[in-house]
Amino acid sequence: MRVLGISAYYHDSAAALIEDGRIVRAAQEERFTRKKHDASFPKNAIEFCTDGDYASIDSVAFYDKPFLKFERLLETYLAFAPRGFGSFRTSMPLWVGEKLFQKRNLIAGLRGLDDGKDWESILLFTEHHQSHAASAFFASPFERAAVLTLDGVGEWTTTSLAVGDGNILRFLRDIPFPHSLGLLYSAFTYYAGFKVNSGEYKLMGLAPYGEPRFAQQIREHLIDVKADGSFRLNMRYFDYCTGLKMINGRFERLFGQPARRSDEDLTQFHMDIAASVQQVLTDVLLKLTRSIARETKMRNLCLAGGVALNCVANGQILRDGQFENVWIQPAAGDAGGALGAALAAYYQHHGEPRAVSAHTMRGSYLGPAYEQTEIERRLRMAGARFTVCKSDDELLEKCSSSIAEGQAVGWFQGAMEFGPRALGARSILGDARSPGMQTTLNLKVKFRESFRPFAPSVLKERASQWFSLDTDSPYMLLVADVHPSKRREMSAAEQRLFGIEKLRVQRSSIPAVTHVDYSARVQTVDREANPLYHGLLSKFEEKTGCPVIVNTSFNVRGEPIVNTPEEAFRCFMGTEIEALAIGRCWLQKCDQDPALRSGEYQSAFVPD
Amino acid sequence: MTGIVRELWVYAGARKKFWLLPVLILMMVFGGMLILAQTSAVAPFIYTLF
Repeated sequence: MRVLGISAYYHDSAAALIEDGRIVRAAQEERFTRKKHDASFPKNAIEFCTDGDYASIDSVAFYDKPFLKFERLLETYLAFAPRGFGSFRTSMPLWVGEKLFQKRNLIAGLRGLDDGKDWESILLFTEHHQSHAASAFFASPFERAAVLTLDGVGEWTTTSLAVGDGNILRFLRDIPFPHSLGLLYSAFTYYAGFKVNSGEYKLMGLAPYGEPRFAQQIREHLIDVKADGSFRLNMRYFDYCTGLKMINGRFERLFGQPARRSDEDLTQFHMDIAASVQQVLTDVLLKLTRSIARETKMRNLCLAGGVALNCVANGQILRDGQFENVWIQPAAGDAGGALGAALAAYYQHHGEPRAVSAHTMRGSYLGPAYEQTEIERRLRMAGARFTVCKSDDELLEKCSSSIAEGQAVGWFQGAMEFGPRALGARSILGDARSPGMQTTLNLKVKFRESFRPFAPSVLKERASQWFSLDTDSPYMLLVADVHPSKRREMSAAEQRLFGIEKLRVQRSSIPAVTHVDYSARVQTVDREANPLYHGLLSKFEEKTGCPVIVNTSFNVRGEPIVNTPEEAFRCFMGTEIEALAIGRCWLQKCDQDPALRSGEYQSAFVPD
Repeated sequence: MTGIVRELWVYAGARKKFWLLPVLILMMVFGGMLILAQTSAVAPFIYTLF
C-alpha cells in the first residue's frame, strides 16, 4: 500500500511517501522552488516522492482540516467582536476566495500531475496535531510511548497529549487556541525584532547571553501555569486574536520598551528577554512532561510540533529523567505534517500492522540524491573545475585535511535531509577547535548575525567524552553541555563579561561549537546511519585527536538548503567556502574560474 | 459552489455547529463583498491565524 502525505497552503509545504509502512521519500517544496518556507502546492516534492508513478497511490492524506480551522477563525472573531474587524477584513477575502476551497485546490493540483486518476475518492484529511503526533510516534523506535505535540496552533489545538501503542494512537486531551506555548514564544520573537515563524531559533540562540530577570513578570502577567503543566495565556497582552501583530501596547509597557525593529541593535535587554521566555518555556514543558509521566506511566516520550525544535528545552526534558527515552521527530514543524498525515492514514485509517524498527526514520536522509556520473555532468555544465577521487578514502583524506587546516568545506553527499537541520548530507563543515571559526562562518560564509552559535557533529561512540550526554542525538535536537574535562577555566575578568562580550572568550577546546553557557546542540553520528560522514569524523580524529567538527546547513541566510549540485556550486562560489566535496568530486576555490564568483550571492535571498 | 455548500452543511451537522451557519453566511457574504471591493487579497504577515 502506498500513501502520499501532503502539507501545504500555510507554510513549509512538503510531501512524503509511505510504502507498506516504510518511509520511502520525503522532501520540502522550498528546496525545489528556492523560496524559503514556500507554502504553495508541493508539486515538485510530490513528483520527487512518487517518481511520477501516480497510478499505484492508494491514498493521499492532507495534514490539516481546513473547515475546522475556518470554524476557529469564525468563533474567534465572534468572541472578540466588534474588535478584530481589521484582521477580519484582511483574512476573510483570503478564506472566502481561496482557503475555504482547499479540497478543490488540492484536487486541481493533483490533477495537474495526473488528470486521469480519481484523486477525490482517495483523499483523506487528518487533524493538524494528529499529523504531528503520528509523525512523532509511528516513526519512532518505540512500541509504546506518550506523545506530546506543541506548536503555534493547528485547527483549534495548540498542545496535545496522546498515547501510542502499536498502530494505535489515542488522544487523551488538548489545550485549545488561543492558549499556546508556540504563540507565546513567537510573541517574544516578534518583540525581540525577529520574524515570526523563522526567528524563533535566533531567540533561543540569544538566550544564553542574557539573565532571566523578566521570568517572574512573565509568570505573573502573561501565563498562568497549573501544577500539571496546563496553562492559560492572559490575552489582554496579546494582539493575535484580533489584530495583525502578536502583541499589543500593554505587553510593551509591561517590559518598559517598544518592540525592537529588525534594523535596531540588539541590547542586553533583548538578551534578558530571550533568557526569560526560554526559562518560562522550559519550566512549563518540564511540568507538562512530569505530569504526563505520572499519568501515563510510559517509559518513552515522543515529541513533535514546532516547539519540539526548541532543543534547549528538549535537553532539559531528557535530563529531568522522567522518561528513559525521548525521541523527537526531526521534521517537527509543519513540513513533517506531510509525513505524519501519511503515517496516520496508513495506520489509523487503513489499520495496517506496524513493525517497530530503530531505523524507521532512516536518519531523515529521505530527500533527493545524485549518482556520481550525474554530479560530474551537472558540475561540468556549471563550469566547475574539479578532480574525481578514486575512492571514498581519498575523498575523506582531502576533506579532513582541509577542515584541519581551518578551511570551511562544503559537504554534499547522498540523500538530502528531511527537516530543518543539516545532518551531514547538505552541510558546511569547519574545525570546532578553531577560535575564529564561529565568526568566520557567521560573517563570511552564512552572512548572518555574529551571535548565532554553531552545532557540533561528534562520533557517536565518543559523544560522552566530549559532552555531558549519555544518549543518542542523531537529529541535532538535544542541547547538552560540553564535558567539564574539555572546558577552559575562565579568568576573573572574563567571568565579569556581559552579553555579547562573552562571545570573544574561548571556553573550551572546541570553542567554535561551545555556546556562552557551555552548551552545544549536539549531533551524534552513527556508523550505520551515515557511514561516509562517520568516516570523515573518524579521519579527522585520526589527524587531530578530536572527533568533533562544526556542522551547519549548506546555505546562506534566507536561502533554503541547497538541493542540487549546481546550487551547491553556486553557493560555494558566492561565499568564502574554500573547498567542496560533492559525491567524489573535489573542488577548491583557488582552482575555479574567477569569472564565476558571485560577489552578491546572498543578496538574492530575503534575510530571515 | 454547490459542492462547498453541501460540504459545509455536512460539516456543520457532524460538528453540531448549525448555530454557526447564520454567522457563516453573513461572514461569507461580507467577505465576498470585500473581495469585490479590492483587486487582490493581501496575506497578513503573521502566519498563525491564517
